[in-house]
Amino acid sequence: MAEVPATADVVVIGAGIVGNSLVHHLTRLGWKNVVQIDKGALPNPGGSTGHASNFIFTVDHSREITDLTLDSVAQYQEMGVFTQSGGFEIARTEERMEELRRRMSSARAWGIEAELVSPSFVKEKVPFIEEDQFIGAFWTPGVGVVDSLRAGTIMRERALATGELTVVPTVEVTGLDTEDGPHGTRRITRVRTTGGDIEAGTVVIAAGVWSPKLGDMAGIGIPLTPAVHQMISVGPCPQLAETDGEISFPIVRDMDTFCYERQHGADMEVGSYAHRAILHEPEDIPSIDQAKLSPTEMPFTEDDFDPQLEQAYELMPELLGAEGAEMRYAINGLLSLTCDGNPILGESEVAGLWTASAVWIKEGPGVGRAVAEWMTHGHSEIDVHHSDIARFHTHQKRREHTRLRTTESFIKTYGIIHPSEQYESDRDQRLSPMHGSQQKLGAVFFETAGWERPFWYESNASLLEHYGDAVMPREHEWDARWWSPIINAEHLRMREAAAVIDLSAFCIFDIEGPEALDVVQGTCVAQCDVAVGKVIYTPVLDAKGGFRSDLTVMRLGDDHFRVVTGGAHGMADRAWFAGHLPESGSTTLTDRTDDTSTIGIWGPRARDILSSLTADDVSDAGFGFLSCREITVASSTGGELTVLASRISYVGELGWELYVPMSQAADLWEALLDAGAPHGAVPAGIGVYGTTGRLEKGYRAYGAELDGERSIVEAGMQRPKVKAADFVGKEAYLAQRDAAPQAVLCTLTVDDHTSASGTKRYMLGGEPILTRDGGTLTDGHGHHPYVTSAGSAPSLGTHVLLAYLPPDQATIGNELAVSYMEELYPVTVGSVDATPLLDPMNERIR
Amino acid sequence: MTNPLVCVKRVVDSSSEVVLTEDGQGVDGRFAGFTMSAHEECAVELAVQVAAADGGSATVVTLGDADAVEQLRAALAVGCAAATHVVAESATFGPADVARELAAVVRDHEAAGTPHELVLLGNDAADSGDFQVGIRLAYELGWPVVNGVSSVSVSDGEVTASGSGPDGHETFRLPLPAVVTILEGGVAPRYPTVPGRMKAKKVPIEERQTTGSPVGPSRVRLVLPPPSSSNVEVLGQGAAAAPAVVDLFERLGVLSR
Repeated sequence: MAEVPATADVVVIGAGIVGNSLVHHLTRLGWKNVVQIDKGALPNPGGSTGHASNFIFTVDHSREITDLTLDSVAQYQEMGVFTQSGGFEIARTEERMEELRRRMSSARAWGIEAELVSPSFVKEKVPFIEEDQFIGAFWTPGVGVVDSLRAGTIMRERALATGELTVVPTVEVTGLDTEDGPHGTRRITRVRTTGGDIEAGTVVIAAGVWSPKLGDMAGIGIPLTPAVHQMISVGPCPQLAETDGEISFPIVRDMDTFCYERQHGADMEVGSYAHRAILHEPEDIPSIDQAKLSPTEMPFTEDDFDPQLEQAYELMPELLGAEGAEMRYAINGLLSLTCDGNPILGESEVAGLWTASAVWIKEGPGVGRAVAEWMTHGHSEIDVHHSDIARFHTHQKRREHTRLRTTESFIKTYGIIHPSEQYESDRDQRLSPMHGSQQKLGAVFFETAGWERPFWYESNASLLEHYGDAVMPREHEWDARWWSPIINAEHLRMREAAAVIDLSAFCIFDIEGPEALDVVQGTCVAQCDVAVGKVIYTPVLDAKGGFRSDLTVMRLGDDHFRVVTGGAHGMADRAWFAGHLPESGSTTLTDRTDDTSTIGIWGPRARDILSSLTADDVSDAGFGFLSCREITVASSTGGELTVLASRISYVGELGWELYVPMSQAADLWEALLDAGAPHGAVPAGIGVYGTTGRLEKGYRAYGAELDGERSIVEAGMQRPKVKAADFVGKEAYLAQRDAAPQAVLCTLTVDDHTSASGTKRYMLGGEPILTRDGGTLTDGHGHHPYVTSAGSAPSLGTHVLLAYLPPDQATIGNELAVSYMEELYPVTVGSVDATPLLDPMNERIR
Repeated sequence: MTNPLVCVKRVVDSSSEVVLTEDGQGVDGRFAGFTMSAHEECAVELAVQVAAADGGSATVVTLGDADAVEQLRAALAVGCAAATHVVAESATFGPADVARELAAVVRDHEAAGTPHELVLLGNDAADSGDFQVGIRLAYELGWPVVNGVSSVSVSDGEVTASGSGPDGHETFRLPLPAVVTILEGGVAPRYPTVPGRMKAKKVPIEERQTTGSPVGPSRVRLVLPPPSSSNVEVLGQGAAAAPAVVDLFERLGVLSR
C-alpha cells in the first residue's frame, strides 16, 4: 500500500493533463513541498486524458478558450509532443458556410492562420474524401495532435527534477477536512486518503469527471457532469498504413453531421457528438477494477453510433470500407461538461481549496499555467474570468441544472450558435416581482444569471410605425436573430420621453462595520471616502492592474456601503470583496440581491414622472447627479413606498435607479408605468440598457471591453488624479499611467452596411478591424483589434462598434474597415477615449 | 454447401472485479458492458469460415431478452447472414431448457427448408459456465457431438474438428449433421467492418417464442467468493532488480531455464 507524506504546502489531486501541468507550473513558480496523488496508476491513471482524441483545433469564438488553447499548443510544441497535421472543418450546407465565414472572423481576430477552401482543395490533401458530400471547408494549417500522456509525464518529471514534488499514485481520497474561520468562512486543512492523511493549507481538485465527488467531500459544488463522447477506431486502412508516424493527413471535422475523422497510425478514428446526450453521475463511474478498459472508457452503445457510422461512411467510403479495415476499438468515452461550456477554475468558497476541472486536452497545459499563476500571484496572464468557479449562482450549482443544460448543449458541440442564443431548458429560475406584468406586456425574456430579463416588449411594437426607418431594421435573418427593431424604438422613446427598466438582476451586497470604508477603499480605484449619500462608479483591479470588475458603490452610512454590480459577474465580485474583509470578522458582507429589486427610470421626462409620485425634492439642486437617498413614492395602490433612489445612468439620460424591497417592486413598477404613460414613457428592455443606450454613450462593459488583460488607461477611463489611499492594483495602475498605452479603446461607426449581394449587414461583435483595404492591424501587445461590442445607435442613426486599436490608428476620423462574413465594410473612428458620440458634454444627464 | 447454425449468449464483459445484480441472479453489466463469450466469438468466426468455404451461409441464434439482439447484430456484422431470436429471460432457462429450445429452432429451420448440417456452440458461457448446452442439444437431436475443439472444417459430408489439450493434439471426424462446441484459441475472431455493421443493421431478425416454460435445473443465486488478497512484492529497483525478474519469469515459464 502506497503511503502519502504527512504534510504538504499544496496537494494536487489528479494526474491527468491538468494535474500534471499544475505540478509543473507550481514548482516552476517556486512552490515547495508539492504532493500529487491519483487513485490510478501512472502514466495513465484512467481518467479522460487516457482516452482523449488528442487533437487540437485552435479557432474558437471565445477569446479566453482560444488563448488557453494557443498557450497549450505552445507548451506541447516546446515539449516536442505536438504533430502538426492541419485540419478542415467541412460544410455540407450554405448555413454552415456562413458559420465558417464567421469562424474566419474569429481566426482573423485572434491572429490564427486560416482560409476558406473548396472541396477540391480538401480532396488534394485528403484523397479518400468524397468531394460531392460537401460544398466548402475552413482550413486551419496549424491544427495538430498531441501525446497528452507523454506531455503529462514530461511535466511531472520536470516538477520532480526540482526536488519539490512527491508523486503518490494508487491512493484514493476519502475525505477533505475544513475548519471554520471568521464570518462563516471555511478553510481546507487536510486531505484524507487510503494511504494516510496529508495536512495541507492548499489543495487543488484536478480530478476531471470525479471532481464533483471530491467537491462534495468539502461541501463545495463543482457543477460538471461526466458525459459520453463516442468514438470508434477503424483499421488497418491501407491508405493510412502506408504513411509514417501517427498522422499524415489533416483531421476532418464534418460539422453538419457532428463528427470527426482523425488518422491514428493505420487506423481512422471516428468520433461523434451527434448522439443523444448520455450523462452519468460521478458516483456511477466504475472503479478501475470494475471497468473493462478504464473507468472513463465505458461500454460502447452501438445503436447510438449507427447513424453516425453511415454519415462517416458516405464521406470516406473507400477508406472506411477498405478491405481488412475493421472496427477494432469502440468506446463511450467520458469527458466533463458544464452548464455554460467553460472550465471550472479558481479558489472555491473554502479558502485554500482550488479547482481546475472540466478542462479538455486542448486547454490543459494553458489552464495549468493560468491556475498556477493565479494561485501564486492572485491573477493570471490570460484572463480566465469566464471559467471562474465563483461565477456560479446557487441555482447553477444544482446537478439538475447541469444535467438539463448539458443535455441541451451537447448536441450543439459542433452547432451553429448565435452569439445571443438562449438556452431553453431550466429557465424561469429567478423571476422579478414584475414578471407577471411583463408577460402581459409581451416581454421577450433573455436569461442572465438565472434571471428572466425582458429584452424588449411586444407592447411597444406600435412605436415601430411612429419611428419608421429610424429603428434601423435588419434585413438579414442572422443579424436580426435574437433581436428586434422594437429595442431601437424603445430607445428612441427613452431619449424622447422616458423609459422604465427592470434591473432586478443586479447583484447587490452591503459591506457594514467599522472597517467598511477600508474594505471598499482598498478594493476600488475611485475615492470611496465620500460623504454619506454619494454614489461612486469605480473600476476594481487585480494586483497587476487588470480589471476585476467595474461597479457602483453607494455610501449609505459612515460604516455602510452598498455595492451594486451586474448579475452575470456578480458572484465573482461578491467573492472578491468577501476575500478582502478583515480577519477580525467585525465587518461583514451581506447579500441583498434576493430581497432588493431595482427599477430604473431614465429620459428627459424622468424627473417630471418621479416628482409626480413624490413630494421629496428631486430637482438637480436638491438631488444631484451621483447622489442617493431615500424618498417616499406614491404606490400604485394608494399607499406610500420608501425607495432608495440613486441618481446615476448607464444610458446617458437624466434619471434614477430605484431600490425597493422585492415585495414592493411590482407596486413601484406599476406606479412608474402609470405615472409615466401621460409623459410618453414606456417600459424598455435590456436591449436598450445593455446595448443601444450604453454604446451611444461609449460606456464600457465588463466581459466585453473590460477584463483582466485590459487596463484603465487603455480603456480610456483614467481620471486626472489617483487617490492617496492604497488599493489593489494601485502600483500597477500608476505605472500604466506613466507608460504609453499599447492599445486604445475606440468607438467606431459603420459607414456603409451594403454587402456584395446588396443586403445590408449589421455586425454583432467579435469581428476583426482591418485597414480600409483589408490589411492586418496589430497593437502593442501583439493582438489584433476586434469588435468588443456592437449595436445600433438609433439616436445617431448609425451602427456603433467598440474596439481596442493600435495607438497610431486611434485618431478621430481614421478610416478603417470591419470584416463581417468575409466582406469588408468601411468604418470610421468616432471617439478615441470615453468621450461619448452622443451628448459629449453629458448635458442630458443633468 | 454448409449452412451452420451458431449459438451465442449475451453475457457481461470481463473486468477484474465482478459486480452482481442486486437479486444475485446475474452479473451487472452497467460498467463492463455486454458481449458474447470469447468461445462463442470463435464459434461465430468458424461458422462464417465454414459457410464461406463452400458457398453456404451461417445463421446465428440466441435465447435472451430484447437486449440480446445486440449480440445477434454483432454476429451479423462479422459475416452471419441470418439471425434467430428466441425471446426469453435467459437467467430462468437452465441448460436443458436452452437445449430444447435450440433443438426446436434446428427442426423448424429444416422444416422451413433451411437445414443446418452443423451446429456450433461455445464450450461454455462466460457467466454461468454450465458446459452442458452443446451435449444436451446433440442428445435432443440425436446427433454426434464433440466438445472443446478449436478448429473446424467441413468436406465430403464430414466435419473435421481438432483441438489441443494438455496431453497433446486431438482430431475428430464426425458425420454430418453434428454438434461441435468450440474453445477459444484456434482462430482469431474478426472485428466488424463499417459496411458489415451497416448491413447487419438492416437484416431482419427471426423472432420466435419459446416452445415451453423452463423445467430443467435453474439457478438459485450467484455469490461472489471472498476477495482474494493481492500481495505486491517489490522485486527491487533499477538494474539491480534484473536477476529477480529473470528468476520470476523462469518460474512462470515465460523464459526457459
